[in-house]
Amino acid sequence: MNHDSYSADYIKHILKSVKTIALVGASANIVRPSYFVMKYLIDKGYSVIPVNPGLAGQELLGQKVYASLADIPLSIDMVDVFRNSEAAMAITDEALALPEKPKVIWMQLSVRNDEAAAKAEQAGVQVVMNRCPKIEYGKLSGEWAWVGGNSGVISSKRQNLHESGRMQSLGLGARDKDG
Amino acid sequence: MSDTPGFDTLAIHAGAAPDPATGARITPIYQTTAFVFNDVQHAADLFALRAFGNIYTRIMNPTQSVLEAKVAALEGGTAALAVASGHAAQLLVFHTMMQPGDEFVAARQLYGGSINQFSHSFKSFGWNVVWADSEDVSSFEKAITPKTKAIFIESICNPGGRFIDIEAVAKIAKKAGIPLIVDNTLATPYLCNPFRHGANIVLHSLTKFMGGHGNSMGGVIVDGGNFDWSASGKYPLLSEPNESYHGLKLHETFGGIAFAIACRVLGLRDLGPAIAPLNSFLILTGMETLALRMRKHCDNTLEVATWLSKHPKVAWVNYAGLPGDKHHGLQQKYAPKGAGAVFTFGLKGGYDAGVKLVSDVKLFSHLANIGDTRSLIIHPASTTHSQLSKEQQVTAGAGPDVVRLSVGIEDAKDIIADLEQGLG
Repeated sequence: MNHDSYSADYIKHILKSVKTIALVGASANIVRPSYFVMKYLIDKGYSVIPVNPGLAGQELLGQKVYASLADIPLSIDMVDVFRNSEAAMAITDEALALPEKPKVIWMQLSVRNDEAAAKAEQAGVQVVMNRCPKIEYGKLSGEWAWVGGNSGVISSKRQNLHESGRMQSLGLGARDKDG
Repeated sequence: MSDTPGFDTLAIHAGAAPDPATGARITPIYQTTAFVFNDVQHAADLFALRAFGNIYTRIMNPTQSVLEAKVAALEGGTAALAVASGHAAQLLVFHTMMQPGDEFVAARQLYGGSINQFSHSFKSFGWNVVWADSEDVSSFEKAITPKTKAIFIESICNPGGRFIDIEAVAKIAKKAGIPLIVDNTLATPYLCNPFRHGANIVLHSLTKFMGGHGNSMGGVIVDGGNFDWSASGKYPLLSEPNESYHGLKLHETFGGIAFAIACRVLGLRDLGPAIAPLNSFLILTGMETLALRMRKHCDNTLEVATWLSKHPKVAWVNYAGLPGDKHHGLQQKYAPKGAGAVFTFGLKGGYDAGVKLVSDVKLFSHLANIGDTRSLIIHPASTTHSQLSKEQQVTAGAGPDVVRLSVGIEDAKDIIADLEQGLG
């Protein structure tokens, strides 16, 4: 797996297949990127479970905060790592030790740990590093272009439109339920 | 479809999927000042930058967004911001990186309007330009001080049609930990891709070849996504908590598009030079034929420059597309598909001969623009560069004997016939 560049299909498949995301390094500070991302993903219909030992037991954006991945009482599809590159290894180990392994380990912008990635992939877990799911969702949904972003996607098909008037479904083209 | 669409495909399709609201195949003109919010929370999220979406046409507009996405794709940048003019683009770029007392290094060989903006208006903000010589790249390095925040060059210089060693300047900028800003107006991304040569920010006056039809003003800032705005602490607007967004750090939050976002949500929001939706639409229409037009512009220009170089009343021709030109090597490296359509030549008869030629032409239009489908002519010393000192005129390539052409896409034989009768 080349972790220097990901195909749109690889990212799209991940964002379409996962439903429950554990966000490690969640913050209650409303101007922190982790807060932005958590809020955005919830708005897009994901179930996001915040993980932060310092906030354990409290509520964040209506979700209960857990101290560790192991404490989460349900199975999770993806772990989103909002910690530094070094810490990503311990989080990966923790994720792989869960009774039900997640399908994806996602490391945020500027977070990259190739050793942890190799370990996860060995265990059959997909890895994304140095990317932000909010940005990637925005690119694939067309929202990215609202801020002049270069999504790398071109299409002659009409984009999906959410009933609220916001484009927010993943995938250009099929006006179907693939969001 | 291929994973990596070619330039001509991108020029038509990038950013321009059918309109999601109506299915309109051509990007509609969203002639509205504002956009309703879904609810109070949505409004709050948009204002706090927690969600993407339209608020107010001074900050963004759906017609403008398509233009931005298209330019970003053609330049290979991460994101773009379209504004009212090329000058507005420059203002927002420097507003985002400069504090009062800061400096930037710029090539002396620039569009006269940029020389004026940098020398005079910017001075009143406390932004100080230090000039370097594009013919001597080491002069950029010598001009850098601890206060220097950026280097600014044009990929093809206006009015001279000269080239500069972009990679050599990019190395100097990188070593100094500052971004390289390249005005790519005369080349367009069809001829030259500054990001491939180490640029960090690319600017355009969209008024010129990008729109291409001389009908709309516009400018654009393209973010290369390849500069670390937090590394040095020199760019507090990007790296430090921003009070007007409750302490948000723009670079930390927006990563590779932070510069384009900052220009939009700080510079454009507060200074206000927004592009009109109709202008975005007209420029978008023009850009679909950018490659076709640039090929014809370059073919015609080479023919005209070759003809002029043999004319008895012409003292010299500066066109890097001519094999004997001193910048032909740089042109072959940085813009191998063509040397552009703007160049200068000198008349043996000096100032008076220049004035006579611009008066006597019948097909060429005498006006202060470039990059139109029509052939354009100007005598810089009496017009665009008349506010500069004699010395500045000469160093900018706009001395008294100089005539500038912007060769259009008419038939080359008609363009040459007009010059022949004008010179006669």
